[in-house]
Amino acid sequence: MDYFAQQAINAIQLGSIYALIALGYSMVYGVLVMINFAHGDVFMVSSFFCFLLLLLLPVPFVAALIIVMLATAVLGVALERLAYRPLRNAPRVSAIITALGCGLIIQNTTLSLSPYSQRMPELFVPVTWNFGGVTVSSLQLLIIGVSVGLMIGLDFFIRRTRYGMAMRAIAQDRITVPLMGIPVNTMIALTFAIGAALGGAAGVLYASAYPVISATMGVLIGWKAFVAAVIGGIGSVRGAVLGAYVLGSVEVFTVTVLPSTYRDLVVYALLLVILIFKPYGLLGRPAVQKV
Amino acid sequence: MTRWFRQPPPRGVLLTLLAAGLAACFVIEQFGLVDDYVRFVLITLGINIILCVSLNLVNGWMGEFSVGHAGFMALGAYLSACVSVKWLAWGDPLWMFPLAVIGGGLLAGAVGFLLGLLSFKTRGDYLAIITLAFLMIVKSGLENIPYVGGARGFLGIGNQTTLLSTAIWTVLTLWAIRNLVYSRFGRGIVAVREDEIAANAMGVDTRKAKLAAFVVSSFFGGVAGALFAHQLQFINPSVFDLVKSTEILVMVYLGGVGSLAGSILGATAFTFLSQALQPLGTWRMVILPLLLVLLMIFRPRGIMGMREFSWFVPRREFPAKEEKK
Repeated sequence: MDYFAQQAINAIQLGSIYALIALGYSMVYGVLVMINFAHGDVFMVSSFFCFLLLLLLPVPFVAALIIVMLATAVLGVALERLAYRPLRNAPRVSAIITALGCGLIIQNTTLSLSPYSQRMPELFVPVTWNFGGVTVSSLQLLIIGVSVGLMIGLDFFIRRTRYGMAMRAIAQDRITVPLMGIPVNTMIALTFAIGAALGGAAGVLYASAYPVISATMGVLIGWKAFVAAVIGGIGSVRGAVLGAYVLGSVEVFTVTVLPSTYRDLVVYALLLVILIFKPYGLLGRPAVQKV
Repeated sequence: MTRWFRQPPPRGVLLTLLAAGLAACFVIEQFGLVDDYVRFVLITLGINIILCVSLNLVNGWMGEFSVGHAGFMALGAYLSACVSVKWLAWGDPLWMFPLAVIGGGLLAGAVGFLLGLLSFKTRGDYLAIITLAFLMIVKSGLENIPYVGGARGFLGIGNQTTLLSTAIWTVLTLWAIRNLVYSRFGRGIVAVREDEIAANAMGVDTRKAKLAAFVVSSFFGGVAGALFAHQLQFINPSVFDLVKSTEILVMVYLGGVGSLAGSILGATAFTFLSQALQPLGTWRMVILPLLLVLLMIFRPRGIMGMREFSWFVPRREFPAKEEKK
């Protein structure tokens, strides 16, 4: 039982990080109907931003989190402005390929600049508590707390503010929205900024929980988060969070039953099964093809 | 007066050129006319052309987006390696190796059939995600099969891919895919790209067309994998990852979708460019995707998108010559 509770906490911790990244995939898909394949690598770069920042000046955790989120948001907007905006009216395939290409560019640039994995300086000295055999560290609580806080903030932003309403409007009808006086370009840039900033937060949290970072992290962690977004129904913000916690639990509990090399196999098999039976994910709405 | 390359070649020229090319491959191989590096690059070129044309069938002519081509390569590579190293190792390479290659292609084709079934329900982005999941499952599945070496890889494969066999398979692939896309049935594949619902309404069996495209494309993907395995003599599941798939995508979209000549051009340009950029190490994989992104922004159809070099078009496609008055 203790073991189960311990694993459950690990699953929530992993799921929270996945959720922050998955939100970035889902928001962009919801607004632009485009899979931003570069997002996993944006997440990866953000943990390198955090590493560089701590190397230059040792700032406290909250400051590091905010600075990295801002820097990553700038990267996200730059990506949108330079690579995706010129292709907004091009065939969909062109945008997907460009996103894949941008991901590879970011990943391999990082790899070329830092061929080996880097050891993160400690951001935060965790305190551990023991509750009847279950160990909980303050770091775990912090990760879960920051992620859940950001998710609630995002949900509030999207459902209750004028900017959020504009984003939902663009998702529904990108042709009519500019006629209503909504600056579409600004709103799309804002979507990318928020998505990337959440990825940046995930980068900082990930790097403080698992302090060895490398350029392949975007492939290892980012793709899992993408799977989470798809399982939940890509385009749906709440679906992304649900998918991330489902995925985190599946991963953690797979490793308790099977050898850890089976983890990816189980994750992607789950994705395939869900897509076969629920082609638009758990909370996604089916796309209607207009004739 | 149309220019010569807009007309079909005079009868027999294509066959003569082909025969001469294959004979040249045989002679070069037999007498060791080129050094090992040139031979390696030429074989890689052939394999890349097979990969590029076969992926182009699904991504270009049929207009879907598959990122799973490296998965089919992996299936072909591993099955052929099992045949040539474990099951028929006693055989003479002369008949055993083609058997291994065909076996690899058949396994890949069978799995491509299953993936084709899935493409009935979903299209576009979700089908791309399914092919991605397929790729990841193949890769991590192979890592967990100790019989083929698991994550350490499959060692001791014979160096059986020759220049001649690569050339023969390249020609076969081009020939098969040309005949498919210019056949009555193959037009259905193109119709799926243009408008699936309209195609269905016009009586095209879109399900059959999709299945055929997936099976043929994955079969040749498997063939290329088999040739690749017997060229490198060592395969490892992590060779067949998303980067490999992206490399094939670069070739397809560089050369141009829905074009045989474009596929050849794309594969050739990619092969030589990536050899030339070899000294740059990992920066190579920064420059190639950058090229792809610039291409998508400034020339989204690639070099030869939707156009064809007339020599690859069957003769019956050209209007009959008008009588001189």
